[in-house]
Amino acid sequence: MKILVAVKRVIDYNVQIRVKEDGSGVVTDNVKMSTNPPDDNAIEEAVKIKEAGKATEIIAVTVGEEKAQETVRKALAVGADRGIHVKVDGMIEPLAVSKILKKIVEKENPDLVFMGKQAIDDDCNQTGQMLAAHLNWPQATFASKIEIKDKSLQVTREVDEGLETIEVNTPAIVTCDLRLNEPRYASLPNIMKAKKKPIEQINASDLGVDTKPRIEHIRIEEPPKRKAGIKVANVEELVQKLKNEAKVI
Amino acid sequence: MSVLLIAEHNNKEVKPFTLNAITAASQIDQDLHVLLIGSNADDVAKSLSEVPLVKKVLHIDHEIYENYIAENYTSAILKHSDKYSHIICSANTFGKNLMPRVAALLDISQVSDIIKVITPDTFLRPIYAGNAFATVKSNDEKKCVTIRPTSFEAAEVTGGTAEIEKIDAADQSENTKFINREEIKSDRPELGTARIVISGGRGLQSGENFKLITSVADKLNAAIGASRAAVDAGYITNEHQVGQTGKVVVPDLYIAVGISGAIQHLAGMKESKVIVAINKDGEAPIFSVADYGLEADLFEALPQFLEELNKLNTIQK
Repeated sequence: MKILVAVKRVIDYNVQIRVKEDGSGVVTDNVKMSTNPPDDNAIEEAVKIKEAGKATEIIAVTVGEEKAQETVRKALAVGADRGIHVKVDGMIEPLAVSKILKKIVEKENPDLVFMGKQAIDDDCNQTGQMLAAHLNWPQATFASKIEIKDKSLQVTREVDEGLETIEVNTPAIVTCDLRLNEPRYASLPNIMKAKKKPIEQINASDLGVDTKPRIEHIRIEEPPKRKAGIKVANVEELVQKLKNEAKVI
Repeated sequence: MSVLLIAEHNNKEVKPFTLNAITAASQIDQDLHVLLIGSNADDVAKSLSEVPLVKKVLHIDHEIYENYIAENYTSAILKHSDKYSHIICSANTFGKNLMPRVAALLDISQVSDIIKVITPDTFLRPIYAGNAFATVKSNDEKKCVTIRPTSFEAAEVTGGTAEIEKIDAADQSENTKFINREEIKSDRPELGTARIVISGGRGLQSGENFKLITSVADKLNAAIGASRAAVDAGYITNEHQVGQTGKVVVPDLYIAVGISGAIQHLAGMKESKVIVAINKDGEAPIFSVADYGLEADLFEALPQFLEELNKLNTIQK
C-alpha cells in the first residue's frame, strides 16, 4: 500500500503574527516557518502504518514556493521515503491546490492520501474534501483514530457532538486532527539521511492547472483590540464586579 | 437569484447553528430557500417553514440520508442547486466537512467561516486564528460560503409560513458507510450556544480536579470548556475543547481557569463579551484579553468563588 501525504509550510504556530501596515497581508520576512501542525500528524500516522508493515511507501508532497521544500525534507526525516515539490509562487487557494494534488495522485496512484484537517494560516479547512471530490473518492475528515482493514479504513472523526465512526473503502482521503497521534521528532542521523532522499520538483504550470486566485484579498487588518481589563484583588471583588458592573451573573 | 442554505439537523430537530446561518444567509439575499436533506424529517421541514426569514423549504426525504454522509449530501445538493447564486451552511464540523466537496465539484473557490456579510460577494473572515481579519471578494459567478455561527444572531423560529416542496433524492455513495456516533449527552447548555462558559486548563492538574469547574458550572448553569492542553492531558474529552482547532464560543461570560492563554486558545474565546481569568501566574497571556483578572491559586479561588455565588440569589437559570 502506498500513502501520499500532503504538507504545507506555514508561519510557526507559536509566532504572534503581525499585519502589514498597507493592509496587503501579514509579515512573513524573518518569521519562523514550520510544517502546518496537523500535517505533522498526517505524516506520523503514515509512518506508523508503514512501521506496522501495512504500507510499503510514503510520498510527501507540498505545493508552494522554493522554500516549501523544507516541509518535505522534514517529512523525509521522520520517515517518508521520497518527496515531491510542486513549485508555484504567490498566493494559491485550496481549490487550485486540490487540482494540483489530483494530478499528483493520478501520477502516483496511492491507496491513501493523508493531510492535516486545516492549515493554521488561512484557516480554510477545504483541501482534503476538495481533493476527494475531484477524485470521486470517499473522505474521512477530522480523524482522531484510523484502523486499517483489508480494502477499507475505519475512521473515528471528531465532530461537534462527540465522536463519529465511518468506514470508507480505499482509495480514500483522510484529513487528520491534532488528536490522531503524537508526532515524533526527527533524530539527527535521520535528518542527515533525509538529505539524500530524492525530492522531485515539478512546476505547477507544467501540470496544466489554473492557479489564478478566484478570491480577491481586498484588505488584511488587525482585529479590533479588546479594551484593557483590570486585576481584581480577591474573589469577593470579582463576584461584585460581575454582578454590579458587568451584570453577567 | 435566490440563496440556498443547507440545514443541519438530526431528523427530529433543526440544529441551533442552522438558525445563525439563516440570519447570515438572509443578509446576502432575502429570497432564502432552505434545503433539508434527511430521513423521516417532516417535523424538521415543518419547523424550518415556520422560520420567518425562510421563503421556501426544499425537502429531500430518503433513508440514505439518515446519517449525514458528505458524499450523499453532496450529490443531493448538486442536483438541486442550479438556480441559486449562493450555497451556504454553518462553519461547524457539519459544514466544514460538506461544503468543500460541493464547491470543488462546482469549480468554486469557497469562502470559509465568514463573520460578516459586507456585500453579496464581499465578506469578512478571520485568518491566523483570528489574529487578522481579511476582507475578501469572491469572483466566482456562484458562491459557496460557510458561516461562523457565533458571529450572527439566531433567527426567530415562529411566525413564518414558508411553502414546503418535496424534491428527489440523488445517488447513494457505495464507498462510505456510517458505523456509529457517540454523542455525549448532557443536561448542561451546549458549549457553542451557552450564555456562560467556564473552562479549565492544564492548571487543573488532573481530570478529578475538573469537579471544581463542574460545581461552578452547575451553579451558573454554564457550559464546560477546556484548553487543548487539558484535553491532551486527558483531563476531559475533546468535545469540550475551545480554540482554533476546537470550538469557537462567544458567551456573555467566559471564565478561564488555570489557562495560560496560548494563541490557539484565544482564537476560540476572545470575542466573548466578558472574560474572567483566574491564574496564579500574573504574566500569563490570558490576562491580556481578560476584563477581570484574578491572580490566585485556583484551588483556593474556585471554592471561594462558589461560596460567593451561593450568597447571591439572583443567578439566572
